[in-house]
Amino acid sequence: MKKFTTTLLACAAVLATSTASFADPAVIYDLGGKFDKSFNESAFNGAKRWKDETGGNFAEVELQSDAQREQAMRRFAQSGANPIVMAGFAFASALTEVAPDFPDTKFVIVDMVVDKPNVKSVVFNEHEGSYLVGMMAALASKTGTVSFVGGMDIPLIRKFACGYAQGAKAAKEGTKVISNMTGTTGAAWNDPVKGSELTVAQISQGSDVVFAAAGGTGLGVLQTAADKNILSIGVDANQNYLHSGKVLTSMLKRVDNAVYDAFKEGDSVKPGINAMGLENNGVGYALDEHNAKLVTAEMKAAVDAASTKISSGEIKVHNYMSDEKCPALEF
Amino acid sequence: MELLTLLQILDSTVRLATPLLLACLAGLYSERAGIFDIGLEGKMLAAAFLSGAVAYTSGSAWIGLFAGLGASLVLSTVHGVASITYRGNQLISGVAINFLAAGLTVVVAQSWFGQGGRTPQLVGDARFEPITLPFAEALREVPVIGPIYYELVSGHTSLVYIALLLVPLTWMLLYRTRFGLRLRAVGENPASVDTAGISVIGLRYISVIICGLLCGLAGVYLATALQAGFVKDMSAGRGFIALAALIFAKWRPWHALYACLLFGFLQAMALRPDVLESSLGFKVNGQLLDALPYILTVVILAGFVGKAIPPRAGGEPYVKER
Repeated sequence: MKKFTTTLLACAAVLATSTASFADPAVIYDLGGKFDKSFNESAFNGAKRWKDETGGNFAEVELQSDAQREQAMRRFAQSGANPIVMAGFAFASALTEVAPDFPDTKFVIVDMVVDKPNVKSVVFNEHEGSYLVGMMAALASKTGTVSFVGGMDIPLIRKFACGYAQGAKAAKEGTKVISNMTGTTGAAWNDPVKGSELTVAQISQGSDVVFAAAGGTGLGVLQTAADKNILSIGVDANQNYLHSGKVLTSMLKRVDNAVYDAFKEGDSVKPGINAMGLENNGVGYALDEHNAKLVTAEMKAAVDAASTKISSGEIKVHNYMSDEKCPALEF
Repeated sequence: MELLTLLQILDSTVRLATPLLLACLAGLYSERAGIFDIGLEGKMLAAAFLSGAVAYTSGSAWIGLFAGLGASLVLSTVHGVASITYRGNQLISGVAINFLAAGLTVVVAQSWFGQGGRTPQLVGDARFEPITLPFAEALREVPVIGPIYYELVSGHTSLVYIALLLVPLTWMLLYRTRFGLRLRAVGENPASVDTAGISVIGLRYISVIICGLLCGLAGVYLATALQAGFVKDMSAGRGFIALAALIFAKWRPWHALYACLLFGFLQAMALRPDVLESSLGFKVNGQLLDALPYILTVVILAGFVGKAIPPRAGGEPYVKER
């Protein structure tokens, strides 16, 4: 009975937020919540920016459990919300079910590809962003050795590592890049202890800038880097504030831009795969008051020049996922 | 391999072995008294979370320590009530505790701090800082002994030294005191203990509580000494490796230390593929090293090398004959 009441309340909550007005856009946050200082918060910021600029309204819901994914999508679609944006790859299977039932509604999924005629899939060119932070790492390094800590050893994370190594080697000839993966199971995303030990091991091999693309494990990497007085690079959201003055920069995935763009396009969202790279501000590096002292003018000039060249196609950053090979790094 | 590299790996071994050792000793007390405990992982996780959360809120690592011990103690009492008083299945109760801790920590962390199921980073006194032992700086320049003392022996947090001291203490308690004899007897033949007029239930509760405290220390070490805060699922299977170490050590304290150091060493080696390759001459798969503790345990369990015989009354609730 209790469970039933909770479900009912959840339905009511979805209903209350979604019936606010007709044809407003809607956003569904993944588990972790709207203010997770990362992925979801970034999505929320994008939606908020759209609201502040246009004065429009949007509907939103924070999921409490996996089971609510489909339910939330259906409620929004039935109430006429359009487009419906969902932040996170975990929505893929539910969306595959729901999308055909609402052919007139446009859905946008971030970080995953769902092949349906009314779905826009937004993916990010992480290798391009990683290339830029790799350049910064090499330029900031005094030892000529930089390193990478990945989470689970999957092609996506190798894509980060490969872009990073290419950038580091391009910025300074002969830069040594050490790369370690935390593990091969899901636990590798949440093992900060191992992340710390990997960082210590990399420091003893000479590294003085470490890039972590490892979820919760990355917090251990950043912590150890700060404790041992070397520089680190955050990922996804801007993590510069975690250890002010010790984090060189963060490789950003602009989920906020993806949400903002989708909201702006309204119901004329174009279905298909949309790769967000440097040219459309999908990825980038973070610059704020926490790392202003660390990023020198030359560094910024070099990185911005490379960014322009990548956008124009003059520099081609190899994408590991295209052929599962990396020219700059051996796994 | 250079001395310094070796020392760095051994240093890493000590850090990685400490949570295993604490959890392993925790399991040892419990299982020696006849209560199987596969909820080590869950208790560690709960302690890690609460110690991180309270240390952050209070700004003191020591207050966090007691909060962490409390969290672990509550869960071990639940295990005790389920498996001693109500004679439930000890394995099921342990699994339930693991699930409970994995879910609850994230949910509470999310509603408490709103940072996606983790605690904010701890700074300053909210963390256990490494201790530099006396004379470490002065002796540093002395060849061989200097670096060994400075890099390996000195420079750990207080919890590491506590964990190491607990090994001889446990040995003393189990093999040189009356309490230890009774505790071991309760795991082998509770009826005889009962006949002697000693409370089986009381002894088992005490052992489960000791188990809770030690598991709590392991969790506290993870969140406030090794790391600076709690991250969801941060125990990452260490409770299970500790169980494997316990079997590997055949439920004996000194052997538990050796087993945990061995497993810690394997983990530390897996982090240094470059050293492995240069000293062995070929590339070794890191996953193989990660899997070795389990493989070794299976080999021991299967009876290829020696034989692991668990306490005879383990896993069985005690029922007085009527």
